[in-house]
Amino acid sequence: MSPQSSSVPVPKDAGETPPVERVDLRREFAEVGIGEVLDQLDRELIGLKPVKTRIREIASLLLIERIRKRMNLTSEVPTLHMSFTGNPGTGKTTVALRIASILHKLGFVRRGQVVSVTRDELVGQYIGHTAPKTKEILKKAMGGVLFIDEAYYLHRPDNERDYGQEAIEILLQVMESQREDLVVILAGYGDRMDKFFASNPGFRSRIAHHIDFPDYSDDELLAIAELMLQDMNYRFSADARQAFVRYIGLRKTQPLFSNARSIRNALDRMRLRQANRLVADLDRVLTAEDIMSLEASDVLASRVFSNRSGG
Amino acid sequence: MNELSMTVRGKDRYKSGVMEYKKMGYWEPDYEPKDTDVIALFRVTPQDGVDPIEASAAVAGESSTATWTVVWTDRLTAAEKYRAKCYRVDPVPNSPGQYFAYIAYDLDLFENGSIANLSASIIGNVFGFKPLKALRLEDMRLPVAYVKTFQGPATGIVVERERMDKFGRPLLGATVKPKLGLSGRNYGRVVYEALKGGLDFTKDDENINSQPFMHWRERFLYCMEAVNKAQAASGEIKGTYLNVTAGTMEDMYERAEFAKELGSVIIMIDLVIGYTAIQSMAKWARRNDMILHLHRAGHSTYTRQRNHGVSFRVIAKWMRLAGVDHIHAGTVVGKLEGDPATTRGYYDICREDFNPARLEHGVFFDQNWASLNKLMPVASGGIHAGQMHQLLDHLGEDVVLQFGGGTIGHPMGIQAGATANRVALEAMILARNEGRDYLHEGPEILARAAATCTPLKAALEVWKDVTFNYESTDMPDYAPTPSVSM
Amino acid sequence: MRVTQGCFSFLPDLTDEQISRQVQYCLGHGWAVNIEFTDDPHPRNNFWEMWGLPMFDLRDAAGVLMELNECRKVYGDRYIRMSAFDSSHGWESVRLSFIVNRPKQEPGFRLERHEVNGRNIRYTTKSYAVDRPEGVRYGDK
Repeated sequence: MSPQSSSVPVPKDAGETPPVERVDLRREFAEVGIGEVLDQLDRELIGLKPVKTRIREIASLLLIERIRKRMNLTSEVPTLHMSFTGNPGTGKTTVALRIASILHKLGFVRRGQVVSVTRDELVGQYIGHTAPKTKEILKKAMGGVLFIDEAYYLHRPDNERDYGQEAIEILLQVMESQREDLVVILAGYGDRMDKFFASNPGFRSRIAHHIDFPDYSDDELLAIAELMLQDMNYRFSADARQAFVRYIGLRKTQPLFSNARSIRNALDRMRLRQANRLVADLDRVLTAEDIMSLEASDVLASRVFSNRSGG
Repeated sequence: MNELSMTVRGKDRYKSGVMEYKKMGYWEPDYEPKDTDVIALFRVTPQDGVDPIEASAAVAGESSTATWTVVWTDRLTAAEKYRAKCYRVDPVPNSPGQYFAYIAYDLDLFENGSIANLSASIIGNVFGFKPLKALRLEDMRLPVAYVKTFQGPATGIVVERERMDKFGRPLLGATVKPKLGLSGRNYGRVVYEALKGGLDFTKDDENINSQPFMHWRERFLYCMEAVNKAQAASGEIKGTYLNVTAGTMEDMYERAEFAKELGSVIIMIDLVIGYTAIQSMAKWARRNDMILHLHRAGHSTYTRQRNHGVSFRVIAKWMRLAGVDHIHAGTVVGKLEGDPATTRGYYDICREDFNPARLEHGVFFDQNWASLNKLMPVASGGIHAGQMHQLLDHLGEDVVLQFGGGTIGHPMGIQAGATANRVALEAMILARNEGRDYLHEGPEILARAAATCTPLKAALEVWKDVTFNYESTDMPDYAPTPSVSM
Repeated sequence: MRVTQGCFSFLPDLTDEQISRQVQYCLGHGWAVNIEFTDDPHPRNNFWEMWGLPMFDLRDAAGVLMELNECRKVYGDRYIRMSAFDSSHGWESVRLSFIVNRPKQEPGFRLERHEVNGRNIRYTTKSYAVDRPEGVRYGDK
């Protein structure tokens, strides 16, 4: 007896309703609740204007798709897989979480969780190890979003003992045939992702939306720093702020700059220097002002100012 | 209501003569019950003109150390420890003349692991007391220290399910009908048909023991033939509750051993064999991997009236301690007494590891069962397939639903009756798990299942107008308040 | 015949859609879902072969259905069942179990009777299928 056949009519699905003819767009938008998520995105992330615009565009597209479905004008499952390209620390993971929430509210993913992995969680170390590993991750991500960071590491053609190809094949298969069960987001550096897609054209054809995450401008980096300090109850003195602007300009030219992450690390080092500066004078009586304030010297002590040649 | 202590202390306490109970130390409103105290809640109806405090103190006294006059020999004992203490008396809502009396008993008053002792202590003496018009043991709080001295259910719900290999739905049974008169071979026929049709169990009736029309050995032999045939025909584990109730323990053991020899998974006993016999059989059942079903024969003589007797919830607690695995606990919608809220209280007492006090279910105390095995409640009496949604809603999943007449009275025969019940149940569980509002869509779900199951269609037709709507004689005293969540 | 073990055997075979809903119900309760298969459906055979490990931490039934379809590809000629395990205190056992695949022909069981002393009989339920070796028990041979 085939498991697919059923002599009994399938019980009435909770979602089966007759097609609607008219939809009040404002009400639909309010009911679905993506407005809050988009606003949250605006608030949480500094800058990233092109990204935010793109997300809003995609959200509008999906909202219309949803309405089309309700009007029975379409029965196709839209392709939702995406790629995020850009340098580290530009907000890719945060945006992935917000996208998952939007997809969930619009009904395109059923549960809305985000499972975030890199190559090591997908690929095994010996023959036969990869497929179960990949499948385990996929099962956990079903109903939500699978976010693969530095996806190009899956492909290592120079190493013949590399099992990444198996994972790639499984992913391609699932991305094609189980679009209603899972959304995949591949992320990484722009040029490397391009090379990856060139050698694995199957991916490019399955991806609906490519979003590029530009580096933050100097002003944006300063704003991020101010926001971080505010959250921690610190603030720059006027001199310190000026020094930090110079710091940003210099740091960006140096290697391994990870945008927001590098800013955070810098601030941590400055807090360390501030603490040492204060403790150096044990006879001092400290006020809240003193504790909260980062002075220029805390900034200028950075090596970035002495290594002008980079390297 | 709860005035100050009037206890007479010192030498005056033991002067010869009659003293009021409330002065003898049985009324102690300042007493804080210890975690190790056994607490009993009585519903006291004093005779006209009798002070409720005095009546409650008298109940405390007469169920512990007192007698009607002062005795000097009390001074040979640590008397204060052994006196039961009534620490609280409340008027019963909407029932003038009735009072709830809370009485605490020291743990030392009781023998380990003996229901006979517990019942003799609490209810053995006090119910005939003249100054009381009526008295009911409403509820008891058993401390963990005491619970731990009992074996508890020999098998328990979890292991029963594992042995029967049946998970996720109520179990189905049927009592063999007619109640009396069939010979062994024909009795076995009914068992075979019902089990083959889809039930998990069949049941001997409480008065089927060993009578001129059928000797017990005949029944056991034919029943096991039926059980095994049905098992081979379906691939499922089947059982029939072989009633081993007899006149003496020796006879009972003999019958139980024979049931075991024949390979039965389950035997049954009746409440009327007495608490000691029940505990012995529970011990035997544990030693012999047998599921033990208890029919609560005779309980209604003392559990049914609200003002006098022992509430069934107390019996259920005692039986869980004693160690039976199944107990009849009410159906709500069937032919026998039991309103939804009170019945819910009984079921929770059987099945939960911790019962929080819920006055609207008649559960007066927090009761911690200290991981004692769970007791499977049985719903039996006047229920049929057309009520499946209500049964599932009221009674939940861990219950045995018994459809005696509802199986054997089916117009297309016993197998059809069994199949109708099984299909109705599975369809309802399927729908519930899918998240449907099965309580309101019940009739529709049943009708749809009946479309591919003629026996179910016929059952729904025959019994569609059967309901038993009578005024309940025993309902909770407290209505649910909006702040209480169920 | 039709082996009626499991929770839904008296209903028409469940569609994948219906199976998904039951699985989702289990996942919603936090139960681990497990797939097992066997070609010996004797009622006392508790330990069917496990297909992979019990699946913990899944949010959606699609993952389980993926595994089920894999299992069907390999063992579609046998009985496959889905069970859900509850690890919470007071249970620590299976909460739901149902058959999701059957062999095309189910030969069933015979009842063997051994007469012993008096009129007593010892019964054994014997599966017709196990007369043949594992792997070739079902299907046309």
